[in-house]
Amino acid sequence: MKIHEYQAKDILRSYGVPVPKGKIASTVKEAELAAQEIGLPVVVKAQIHAGGRGKGGGVKFAPTAEDVSQYASDILGMTLITHQTGPEGRFVKKIWIEEASNIKHEYYAGIVLDRASSKVTFMVSTEGGMEIEKVAEETPEKIVKVGVDASVGLQAFQAREMAFALGLTGSAFKNGVKFFLALYKAYMGTDASLFEINPLVVTEEGDVIALDAKADFDNNAMYRQKTLTPLRDLDEEEPLEIEADKSGLNYIKLDGNIGCMVNGAGLAMGTMDIIKLTGGEPANFLDVGGSASAETVEQGFRIILSDKNVKAVLINIFGGIVRCDRVANGVIQAIKNINTQVPIVVRLQGTNAEEGKRLLEESGMNIIAATELKDSAEKVVATLGQTVGK
Amino acid sequence: MSVLVNKDTRLVVQGITGTEGGFHTQQMIEYGTHVVAGVTPGKGGQIFMDSVPVFDTVKDAVKIAGANASVIFVPPAFAADAIMEAADAGIELVVCITEGIPTLDMVNVHEFLSKRPKTTLIGPNCPGVITPGVAKIGIMPGFIHKPGKIGIISRSGTLTYEAVHQLGNAGFGQSTAIGIGGDPIIGTKHIDAVKLLNEDPDTEAIVLIGEIGGSDEETAAAYIAKHVRKPVVAFIAGQTAPEGKRMGHAGAIIAGGKGTAAEKMEALAAAGIHVVKSPADIGNKMKEVLG
Repeated sequence: MKIHEYQAKDILRSYGVPVPKGKIASTVKEAELAAQEIGLPVVVKAQIHAGGRGKGGGVKFAPTAEDVSQYASDILGMTLITHQTGPEGRFVKKIWIEEASNIKHEYYAGIVLDRASSKVTFMVSTEGGMEIEKVAEETPEKIVKVGVDASVGLQAFQAREMAFALGLTGSAFKNGVKFFLALYKAYMGTDASLFEINPLVVTEEGDVIALDAKADFDNNAMYRQKTLTPLRDLDEEEPLEIEADKSGLNYIKLDGNIGCMVNGAGLAMGTMDIIKLTGGEPANFLDVGGSASAETVEQGFRIILSDKNVKAVLINIFGGIVRCDRVANGVIQAIKNINTQVPIVVRLQGTNAEEGKRLLEESGMNIIAATELKDSAEKVVATLGQTVGK
Repeated sequence: MSVLVNKDTRLVVQGITGTEGGFHTQQMIEYGTHVVAGVTPGKGGQIFMDSVPVFDTVKDAVKIAGANASVIFVPPAFAADAIMEAADAGIELVVCITEGIPTLDMVNVHEFLSKRPKTTLIGPNCPGVITPGVAKIGIMPGFIHKPGKIGIISRSGTLTYEAVHQLGNAGFGQSTAIGIGGDPIIGTKHIDAVKLLNEDPDTEAIVLIGEIGGSDEETAAAYIAKHVRKPVVAFIAGQTAPEGKRMGHAGAIIAGGKGTAAEKMEALAAAGIHVVKSPADIGNKMKEVLG
């Protein structure tokens, strides 16, 4: 689960990670009051989940009260387009008014899980403000990685190693060490999957602060991170994905026109792949889970068909322990309830596959039955050819 | 021969009194797996299905019932603890079916297991391991498998079943099929499973099924290029997956432009592996390769 910068900074502050003073505002008036309280100059920052806000015009330095009013009115309600939002952009509902910092130098600091070593790993770099992926590609030697031993946590010598790697000296060095130790506590304490501080700045006064903060959390740990739940911003998510999530389905919207419903994540990806290879374009990823009951299939249908681009649907269920005749009856029931005209190809495999196929064929409904993967992809792409041809 | 699971496997089911655990215990017994014990803390002394003694601890299951392998069906919040309990009791093979374990719990498990090299963990978030005709540890449908000479390694459950089905159509059975799991931290990675199957005299060829996210497939490819002479057929799921979205499995995500299917397919092909673009070509490709 992703959160906004201002929320991430609240969390960091609560763990003793230094962040600039700031206030959140959803109107120009609130922004003006916030700036008065904080003291000029301030920075006005659009709060959306995507990165690249500065380049898109969503971050402005405001030296005067007039600037604050101007930028607040410009940014609030704008549709901010960055390299991460896609061409449709994101609507800005809130802005973060933050005291301007006296920046001496910018760095990068991030914490992630390193999958290769299965360790929580720090990455720091002198190349602050740049995209870390770019740094990793062009000048990987400028990224210093420190893996944490899970049995003892981040040690002071490791924090020093990172502060030395950034070339910090004097009070900045001491503050840097404290910063890393606090950042680690915040990561572990919130079941984070990513903390990215870019830039991490050293001020003229020798303070080390998180000038920006990006955070992502482990969805599997939400049951023990109840304080994070209210931070979710549904406006930042695809409405159909939220709807699917409520029904316990795993749905991701794509740009194509062939809806697909599959049991199991790997097979669902594989089904998208074969649709593409056969000349079609998948409209979504949808994993209905192992059992594929009539209820989940029906909910899956509703979600797939809410996407108006969908012109055909492929259902691919590898029954396994679940019997295909039962799945077939569930699918037939679901299609009856939905009452759609979209052509539907159903591929069932596993126990009683032939009987499942027979039930589908004899249902008298607009269902094309298949038993093999290749066959099912070809059939669904073919229906589309006919639809387009009409 | 086979790997991991054989006729000497004596299984303890952790979470045997739960709905899932109970159902699949029954399925495993019907398949021929030697289930010697169950563990549910606080329910020690019960007898499951009139035949399987339930213990409070894995230690008791080892000491009293002689268990040497474990399968875990406990809920995500308690699954990491269950893995560590099994390892601490000296269980050699731990198969964790549970999906949704918090990543930081698995970071701790990884550290814990690094000090107990005797224990091999399969999963979590996996269908398990099956040696067809002998025993299965997990939730896969036994009947689709046939004894044979192909070893299968996969991060995905139903995609493994698909591969098994196609191999069957092409006339091939399996030595052992290993579902390694779809999480970012798993006990046995592609490379570890490849090593096992490569050393197994009864495995003649390997099917390797990967998916987007991480770089475990690339690591396995490098190993295969150097050490494996058995033919390997591979498929990578997620060629059409967008960046930054988790595709069902917690580990299936392209992050920062890394972990794409294209990268993995390229690395595998460069290692001399027979990479198929379509998931429907796994069986046919194996037939072509083995002649």
